[in-house]
Amino acid sequence: MTASILFFVLASVAIAAALGMLISRNPVNSALWLILNLFCVAGLYLTVNAEFIAVIQVLVYAGAIMVLFLFVIMLLNLSVLPDLKRIEWRRIIAFIMGMGLLAMLMFIVANTLDMVPDPVTLQVAAETGSATSLAKVLFTQYAMPLEVIGILLLAATIGAVVIAKKKPV
Amino acid sequence: MNLAWYWTALIAFVIVNFLLISASVLVYAERKVSGYMQNRPGPNRVGPFGFLQPFADVVKLVFKENIVPALANPFVHSLAPMMMVVIAMTAGALIPFAHNVVIADMDVSVLVLLALTSISVYGVTLAGWSSNSKYSLLGGLRSSAQMISYELSMGLSVLSVVLIASSLSLTEIVTDQAGGWGILGWNVFRNPIGAILFIVTAFAETNRAPFDLPEAEQELVGGYHTEYSGMKFGMFFLAEYVNFFIASFVIVTLFFGGYMLPFESLILAQWPALAGSIPLMIMQIGTVIIKAGFFAYVFIWVRWTLPRFKYQQLMTLGWKYLLPIALVNAMLVAVGVMIFS
Amino acid sequence: MLSDFIPFFIQLGIAVGLSFTLLKAAALIGPKRDNVIKMTSYESGMDPIGSARERYSVKFYLVAMIFIVFDVEIVFLYPWAVSFDEFIAAGAGPGVMAVVLFFVIILAIGLVYDIKKGGLEFD
Repeated sequence: MTASILFFVLASVAIAAALGMLISRNPVNSALWLILNLFCVAGLYLTVNAEFIAVIQVLVYAGAIMVLFLFVIMLLNLSVLPDLKRIEWRRIIAFIMGMGLLAMLMFIVANTLDMVPDPVTLQVAAETGSATSLAKVLFTQYAMPLEVIGILLLAATIGAVVIAKKKPV
Repeated sequence: MNLAWYWTALIAFVIVNFLLISASVLVYAERKVSGYMQNRPGPNRVGPFGFLQPFADVVKLVFKENIVPALANPFVHSLAPMMMVVIAMTAGALIPFAHNVVIADMDVSVLVLLALTSISVYGVTLAGWSSNSKYSLLGGLRSSAQMISYELSMGLSVLSVVLIASSLSLTEIVTDQAGGWGILGWNVFRNPIGAILFIVTAFAETNRAPFDLPEAEQELVGGYHTEYSGMKFGMFFLAEYVNFFIASFVIVTLFFGGYMLPFESLILAQWPALAGSIPLMIMQIGTVIIKAGFFAYVFIWVRWTLPRFKYQQLMTLGWKYLLPIALVNAMLVAVGVMIFS
Repeated sequence: MLSDFIPFFIQLGIAVGLSFTLLKAAALIGPKRDNVIKMTSYESGMDPIGSARERYSVKFYLVAMIFIVFDVEIVFLYPWAVSFDEFIAAGAGPGVMAVVLFFVIILAIGLVYDIKKGGLEFD
């Protein structure tokens, strides 16, 4: 019960923060909104007892990737964008309602095609979301994809150096 | 501990106040120790032996004007010191002070601690950016680059501890160190390279000398807090002292047996009635505070003994020495775990 | 479990309350006497030249980029570190160790490349 109330609170804050990120005209404020959004998503993971994933979410996204974003914002000296001329509320409301309708249709279609996943109990979620159960599949069944991720990360490292150092060393 | 939320809140309140008071004691200790190291008395006017000096400083800071530069971003300018204090204070919830005496005992508390460390980069970066001053921005950028560089080695040295304890919970990491004869079960003896790595990176993460480049006054005036005055500056100051006190607690918890008394297993074998009793709990709290106090003294000692690094030396140390050593150490510990189990 | 985190959030709330009180108390008690000199940013007593929001060295970006790569690597290693003793107990110790070692070596190549290319050279 508490978990579902928390879910709706966090979900609405997450959506609000995402909107704030889009509407905000100052790039650093946008980044701050995005950080709030990432914290809310981490909270959503907590509500389904996936505490390992929740902490990793904060550690990687809020603690590492957003630092890079902030660095890039400072590096490029992105100035404040001009204010939005006026917000067209009619379009926004139309967009929200259209998305709602689309979501409903998708749900009905998925339901009739029997594609909606079965709800998972919190007990099962807690068991599969823990670090140990993650490791049990990650380092055995998915060992090959893990190495591929390693190569992908290697490519990212090399790419960063190649792009940032244009001059031959 | 399964307590009602208001008891938890009360204990959390006590811990926050304990951290506040210990921060002022540490400020006093730092000034006194540096005084004696430089052959001068240090603060000695306010109260007996100048002991009330930090409290007088706090009162002074409250009465100072809070200057926000005209070009600064006022909201972010206030947010940055708040973040620093909040992160420093929240980390106190994770430290086990005695057997079963810890506010937040999660299964992943080590990772929560690392996550808090990684978020504290924002306090510095945003402080530097929001002030809109060249010194602040350079100081903020430098120190955030420093903090993220050393975070990797810190994460890897924590990883080696996790490998030994095979748990992400700080309380279980402490109980895991109970084995061995007397104090030989402590992680510092099982994983000495990891302990040294963690202590060095803890200095870098808390921006303490010899890694206090963000506030290298000869080059950057005050670094990221150049444009801060009054209580906001005081909050950065408070966060610095709470941070290194918490770092001392974490060093003790991860590598020096945490709250465990030296030779606790031998003592308990001698007097089995002591196990789980209130006197033992009090002794454990005393032990962890004494151990952490020693490391806090080391932080002060190092600051007034070693000169500051140059920036490229700092980056070279972090990336070319500490990170490879930490990687190799983690792998060696894994092989060791495989052999000894 | 979610309930394990509640004390943590209580402490977080108290810490937020404390820092907010400190800020507000100082804002209420402290004086407010603005003038132009006081409000300009500090530049060793000179009038500030240009804006502080200039472009900065790409080195910082490079450090952050490489940091992310290694941070993700370390995050992948945590589940392994927690359950390594279970793998050993199940007799899968050497196999999993080989997987991890290969993963670490791939990323170590990246680190060596960066160092050799001078991507982490600050001067």
